[in-house]
Amino acid sequence: MFKQKHFLALGAVTLAALLLLSLPARVTARLKLAVGSLFMPLSSLAATAEQLPADVADNVLPRRELLQEIGRLQRENQELKVQALQNTTIGLENEQLRNQLRWQHTVPWKIKLANVVMRDPANWWRTIEIDLGREQGVTNNLPVLTSEGLVGRVSAVWPTHSQVVLIGDPNCRVSALVNNPAQDVGVVNAAGALDNTLANLTYLSGSAVLKPGQEVVTSGLGNVFPKGLPIGRIVDSQQVEFGLATEARIKLGANLGSLEQVWVLFR
Amino acid sequence: MSSQNIIMVYVAAFLAVFGEASLPGLRTTLGAQVDLLPALMVYTAMHAGLANLSVLAVLGGLGFDALSANPLGISILPLFLTGLAIFTQRDLILRDLPFAQFVIGAGASAVVPLGQVLMMLSAGKPLLLDWGSLWQWAVMIAGGAIATPVVFAVFNWFDRVFGYKLHTESSFRPDREIRRGRS
Repeated sequence: MFKQKHFLALGAVTLAALLLLSLPARVTARLKLAVGSLFMPLSSLAATAEQLPADVADNVLPRRELLQEIGRLQRENQELKVQALQNTTIGLENEQLRNQLRWQHTVPWKIKLANVVMRDPANWWRTIEIDLGREQGVTNNLPVLTSEGLVGRVSAVWPTHSQVVLIGDPNCRVSALVNNPAQDVGVVNAAGALDNTLANLTYLSGSAVLKPGQEVVTSGLGNVFPKGLPIGRIVDSQQVEFGLATEARIKLGANLGSLEQVWVLFR
Repeated sequence: MSSQNIIMVYVAAFLAVFGEASLPGLRTTLGAQVDLLPALMVYTAMHAGLANLSVLAVLGGLGFDALSANPLGISILPLFLTGLAIFTQRDLILRDLPFAQFVIGAGASAVVPLGQVLMMLSAGKPLLLDWGSLWQWAVMIAGGAIATPVVFAVFNWFDRVFGYKLHTESSFRPDREIRRGRS
């Protein structure tokens, strides 16, 4: 049974744990960085190993397939150039109208590509680590997205990497707007521990009329996410709190389960 | 347990934590990531001393918390208490039986995440928990239970292959041999 040395070990480990838990946030962040950086050599090794099969596959890809791919990309590039031209014209027109109405000017987005290097090993959080950090200009609360939609926001920054808290984590709440005639505003919350393709849209007014397929975008309220970033689409909705509020499930645009690269949006 | 084996356990803990963070594992198929630290803790508690057990709990817990959004140090106590409970009862456990290893591994894999979650809830952290978390817990228990006999087999093999065995002298002494009959 328990002997004196068992109590001594228990006391020492408990003391160490309590000491770590009671450290100030800044010291904890530094300690996390120090311990986490021990894993960085392995991380880059794993990235190289992951890249190796792709490189081999690229080398053995038939020339015909490569030519087809180049042709497809050239067509897509031309289409995007035409779209960009159109958008420039629309942008100029928008700017002129804003000048006439003396509205505030919108700041163009600056984005940087980041690789997802790690995921949270604990099942009760939904976070990822990316390979952009303070040295690349990343700060807390910057929005993170993919071409399909919003992913989350930066929650912790270290010199060479950052932690991103994903939509669906209890620490990432997003003010969202439904693209319907009433432009209903709600808050995107976690939907469930298992399904990371869905999220809940809560705090909608009881009179909100939502239809499946309606687009949900960021509302711009709260000053964390700029207005208009796509989040997902309405799946279904129901009235809660005796009809005083409406809740909806939304299918997220971005596939949070298979993120490999994300864009960090700088302001 | 030999010193090279305990070093291998620490290396395995380091790699396990890294693997859990960087590899999808069962997350994409079963919706939960399996934690291998409880299985390593069971092996250490069965074979090593209290100091090694404490070091594994502290290093493994720190590594796990550093790569997750957990508060740093929250995983140390659940790991250590699980290891200590097994350590104090290890003389009563049939440690060489794979079934016993399976059951103890399942128990440890159930207790460690439960302890982590309870500690964080009592600290007021908002966690992603609902009925689906029970499924994740079941996957973690099953994964840990299966991993424990594997951990035992791998480290026992490592010990056999790379460990020095003490040379035990035979009790037979030729000068004390009773010779029968006439020579």
